[in-house]
Amino acid sequence: MSKPILEVKGLKKHFAAKSGWLQPASFVQAVNGINLTVYEGETLSIVGESGCGKSTTGRCLLRLLEPTAGEVWFRGQDLTKLTGKEMRKMRSQLQIVFQDPFATLNPKRTIQSILEEPLIAQQVEKAKRAELIEETIRVVGLNPSHLKRYPHQFSGGQRQRIGIARALMLRPQLIVADEPVSALDVSIQSQILNLLQDLQEQFGMTYIFISHDLGVVEHISDRVAVMYLGEIVELAPKEEIFRNPLHPYTKALISAIPISDPDEKRERILLQGDLPSPANPPKGCRFHPRCHACMDKCRTEEPKETIVNGQMVKCHLYHS
Amino acid sequence: MEGKPPVLSVKGLTTQFIGRKNTSVTVVDGVDLLVRKGETLGIVGESGCGKSVTSLSIMRLLGKNGRVVSGQVEFEGADLLSLEEKEMRKIRGNQLAMIFQEPMTSLNPVLTIGRQIGEVLQLHTPLGWEERKKRTIELIAQVGIPRAQDIFGEYPHRLSGGMRQRVMIAMAMACQPQLLIADEPTTALDVTIQAQMLTLIRDMRAKAGMSVMLITHDLGVVAEMCDRVLVMYAGQVIESADVRTLLRHPKHPYTMGLIRAVPHNARGKKRLYAISGNVPSPGEWPQGCRFAPRCQEAKPICLTQNPPLLKMKDGSECRCWLHETNEAASAAEGREAL
Repeated sequence: MSKPILEVKGLKKHFAAKSGWLQPASFVQAVNGINLTVYEGETLSIVGESGCGKSTTGRCLLRLLEPTAGEVWFRGQDLTKLTGKEMRKMRSQLQIVFQDPFATLNPKRTIQSILEEPLIAQQVEKAKRAELIEETIRVVGLNPSHLKRYPHQFSGGQRQRIGIARALMLRPQLIVADEPVSALDVSIQSQILNLLQDLQEQFGMTYIFISHDLGVVEHISDRVAVMYLGEIVELAPKEEIFRNPLHPYTKALISAIPISDPDEKRERILLQGDLPSPANPPKGCRFHPRCHACMDKCRTEEPKETIVNGQMVKCHLYHS
Repeated sequence: MEGKPPVLSVKGLTTQFIGRKNTSVTVVDGVDLLVRKGETLGIVGESGCGKSVTSLSIMRLLGKNGRVVSGQVEFEGADLLSLEEKEMRKIRGNQLAMIFQEPMTSLNPVLTIGRQIGEVLQLHTPLGWEERKKRTIELIAQVGIPRAQDIFGEYPHRLSGGMRQRVMIAMAMACQPQLLIADEPTTALDVTIQAQMLTLIRDMRAKAGMSVMLITHDLGVVAEMCDRVLVMYAGQVIESADVRTLLRHPKHPYTMGLIRAVPHNARGKKRLYAISGNVPSPGEWPQGCRFAPRCQEAKPICLTQNPPLLKMKDGSECRCWLHETNEAASAAEGREAL
């Protein structure tokens, strides 16, 4: 396997929740101690339901949110220790594509100026900028005549292409794609997924792909991390996650995907209830109140990360 | 399902919206559909294809700037479009109920859950206050919400997305409607909650013997829930078939593309099938077949003339010139005024 590009150790992000006068401060544990290694050139997906902390994780990696604790090692440097100035330099290597192509482009600026912004921030010479912009807009499947237009003149799919072009301007090594296709229609979604794959081949980038859509994840990833309530409960190569899931939550998640074949029946594990609030997570294993294989131990003791046949799983069932 | 009597029959429904300077934009263009007793009809399409507006037209909930220009909507023998608003109100929420996509915005934040479900009963049943409360709590329990007694007095913001959608379903089911229109009922929800919701709707349908019109963009949901499916594109029905035929042997190039574009169907292939171009918005529909500019198999005739909905041998219908010669026995004349 190729060498690691990003290593995350014990990453935590706690948000302060209401802390009134004389009231003990309480925290929402959005991300609670995750460990992750991303290898060069791969696509690692983070999946999970809303509120599981997948987007917060993505943002903490780039320090768009300051992590509460933990280390993020990128090419031999701990990003969490960098000063603002150093981090800003570093961001030319690390970029992000956001979910909502309608909200992430400034409506008052032309595409040209939106795409120029990262170049200005990284002090690229003026003479070089126009050339880079033109090249990049072509790479994402638009043409230079679009540069003078404003975001509202584009459709959702085209806007997402612009968002990708912006992330691509500095030719980063790692892109965090936070739900890049979930706001798009199926026929447009496949265009964007193909584009992302082409770009990865062309520029040799590494992706951290955050999504709730398991179908998309199955298609694009090399490895998949499943998150539940701020923790990674299972991490394995894609094939294993989809064919041989270990964690009861992963099993339920996979079985819940509707299949577009009326005769292909499979056993469905219906989870009871909803995701508990991350402000007050259950004791022991965080999944135990909804788990069908819950044991006494699960209620009191938090499971440790265990490796089973190369699959990382955090569940008492696999402790030997 | 064939022989069952129809519950809802829509013919030639055309809906327009009035824009600035009195310009009008057609959003739904000549839609025919039929929902039989006890069956689930799926309506599939991408954003802007008119699937939601079709359901709002049926419910007569279009708002001020929308109007049905022509067509008939027959529900249980009544022509909904010619009814007085007062009559319509008796049917809406009673025999004909609807669930919306966004459970966050379709509940009133300042009224309790009990009050909002109770309102349906207050409007449509002679029940008194005590009985209404009892029935409401029953309904809340029926849709699988624990602690129904407590939830009765809660406000919507205290509930999660899945719970709110359950409340919406309870509200829709309050008067045991003959037809439930569900407009993207699970789009805003997570997969595990979606699985709960679909199971719930299926159980309710079986228990009450009602018909369902399910609007969605997710072919997986269609495969699990529907008996028959309509595919819409740019305001028109472009294909209609039973669910197996549609998913196994799609006829229209758009339907084929849609099915092939689903990542799960790529089965390990590196590249996904993509339909080029964008979905045209209402008012920008091309001349001729509306899919022609994005279609790989477009012929000269496709660019000039919009094909009629053709009847196929296997009972399905397809709006495509490619099928005119090989399969179509008789063009469904009269249904389609070109």
